[in-house]
Amino acid sequence: MHMADALLAPAVATTMYAASAIAAGTSVYQLKKENRIELDYSKEKLPTMAVMAALVFAGQMINFTIPGTGSSGHICGGMLLAALLGPWAGFLCMIAVLLIQGLFFADGGLMALGANIWNMSFYGCILGYFLIYKPIMRSKLFSSSGEKAGTRFKIILASVLGCVLTLQCGAFSVVIETSLSGITELPFGAFVALMQPIHLAIGTVEGLATAAVLCFIYEARPELLRELNAKESDGRCSFKGAIAILGITVLVIGGGLSLLASGNPDGLEWSLFGNEEGGYSANMGLDEENYGVDSSAAQTAQDIQESTSFLPDYAFANDGENALGTTVSGIVGSVMVAIIAAIICVIGSNRKNRKKRHSR
Amino acid sequence: MNKAEKAVIELRAMDELAAQNSPVHRMSPLAKLAIAVLYVLVTVSFHKYDITGLFVMILFPLTGYAVSGISVAQCFRKLRIVMPLVCAVGLFNPIFDHTPLFQLGSITVSGGFISMLTLMMKGVFCLMASFLLIATTRIEAICGALRAIHVPAMITSLILLTFRYVSILLEEVSIMTDAYMLRAPSQKGINVKAWGSFLGQLILRSSDRAERLHESMLLRGFTGEFDYSNEGKSSVLTVFIICLLIMLARSINFSALIYICMERIMF
Repeated sequence: MHMADALLAPAVATTMYAASAIAAGTSVYQLKKENRIELDYSKEKLPTMAVMAALVFAGQMINFTIPGTGSSGHICGGMLLAALLGPWAGFLCMIAVLLIQGLFFADGGLMALGANIWNMSFYGCILGYFLIYKPIMRSKLFSSSGEKAGTRFKIILASVLGCVLTLQCGAFSVVIETSLSGITELPFGAFVALMQPIHLAIGTVEGLATAAVLCFIYEARPELLRELNAKESDGRCSFKGAIAILGITVLVIGGGLSLLASGNPDGLEWSLFGNEEGGYSANMGLDEENYGVDSSAAQTAQDIQESTSFLPDYAFANDGENALGTTVSGIVGSVMVAIIAAIICVIGSNRKNRKKRHSR
Repeated sequence: MNKAEKAVIELRAMDELAAQNSPVHRMSPLAKLAIAVLYVLVTVSFHKYDITGLFVMILFPLTGYAVSGISVAQCFRKLRIVMPLVCAVGLFNPIFDHTPLFQLGSITVSGGFISMLTLMMKGVFCLMASFLLIATTRIEAICGALRAIHVPAMITSLILLTFRYVSILLEEVSIMTDAYMLRAPSQKGINVKAWGSFLGQLILRSSDRAERLHESMLLRGFTGEFDYSNEGKSSVLTVFIICLLIMLARSINFSALIYICMERIMF
């Protein structure tokens, strides 16, 4: 799933860098906060994180035979790192792995690093951990099968579900990023239909391999599995952190990517001028370049502007006001969605509390 | 030779390349990083049909390879990793985009074909730039440059330590894979029954190793951050000129300019 530099437009790559940088900053902050009792976190846990990151890198070289197919696959390791080290440390370890892969093995690229960190580490370590791994591991599922067997079932379910979901999110992000970059002529729907099923199969195999490894560790040395030793009180702080990070990244992506969306014609513009570049016919026959511009002086001015503008196709300098307007609307839209989500959560928790009171 | 062994050899080869001495090697790591990022950013910003403008960009990495004495062939070996996804995405362009761009004799060249070529060229050029950066700069220097732009010490130290440990763990994986394959010949990979125990054993040993490593680092006075020496220097003027040339190549289509000049001279 590693994206190459060529598959991204500068604005998309920069937006993804910003989103990943926020997630990395939050991870560093959370790690320091988690361990503030200790004098120096990096001194304490850094070697463990480095060895585990190196292990995931080396583990990717191991080919696991997929039964019944004759082919083989390997693990990506995001979920494994999150289960062993926690989401924040796991996320930082994946950054190190992806940077070394990108620079030394050409698996990725300098500009695509931000997108790759987002597509693989953010979904794999942070989203997968908070949304799937942690709730499943803390739930009372399979409690009737006995403690050991129940935990093993939970590990299998959490790993497979987590890997499948995070890889689906990652693959979908690849499609969105490539499509927004205007790199491929492949229609969005066809691209999604091509990417998602492949990654469904990859995710299942990766999930099963991760589950096998985690089950082995559970048998041999359960103290290494983070969630089994977590206290109930640990959850609150990290959940807040996850909400904060999700909120900020939504803002960054909403704001940054809406700048790009402005490069494509909207409904009204499309119906007036069409999109010849995209292969559509000019719907109402109006010529955008000459619309309202008749004089030769205006034409010359337009030519000069087109030939001198910095990065002309990426709207860096062309229409500052418009771009700013779109960014603001993107951020406002994201904030509105976040507020609605928060209201739903509050209503949900109030109803739960009421039910509890009634039952007492 | 298994995959892990090949990766160790590749890592060592890169380390040896970075240890050479040339004007490019002696440049400041931060300057090299900034130029490489600007180059990649500018290269990917070319329009999908602007193949003539993009072509000029090859001159920058080629000059870098010539000055540093690193062979371009070594870089092209890595194309096998970058190109599959780029080609897979690009190959659809001629199918969906039939916009006629120009006539080559009796053949009409479509926009999709040109955008496919442009995409592939971007892939190759970006690889050339990042390979040149890593082949002329040691990882310690890159981490030093990242630290200089205020990337948290936790991240830079983690990258550095991970890089040092990658080769050790790769060797361990290589030995384990060889041992497994000798006992289970004619198998493509690790059997499903051994999935958990194979990597799990390695994790258990690695966690013990990390503990020992932590203790020995503390005994040697590790404070949580490494000291990065300021190796390599470049004058601001050199960096400015290189960046200016890259920006010029983006704003002026030199291929078209050369063609116009030739036309004027000849007719």
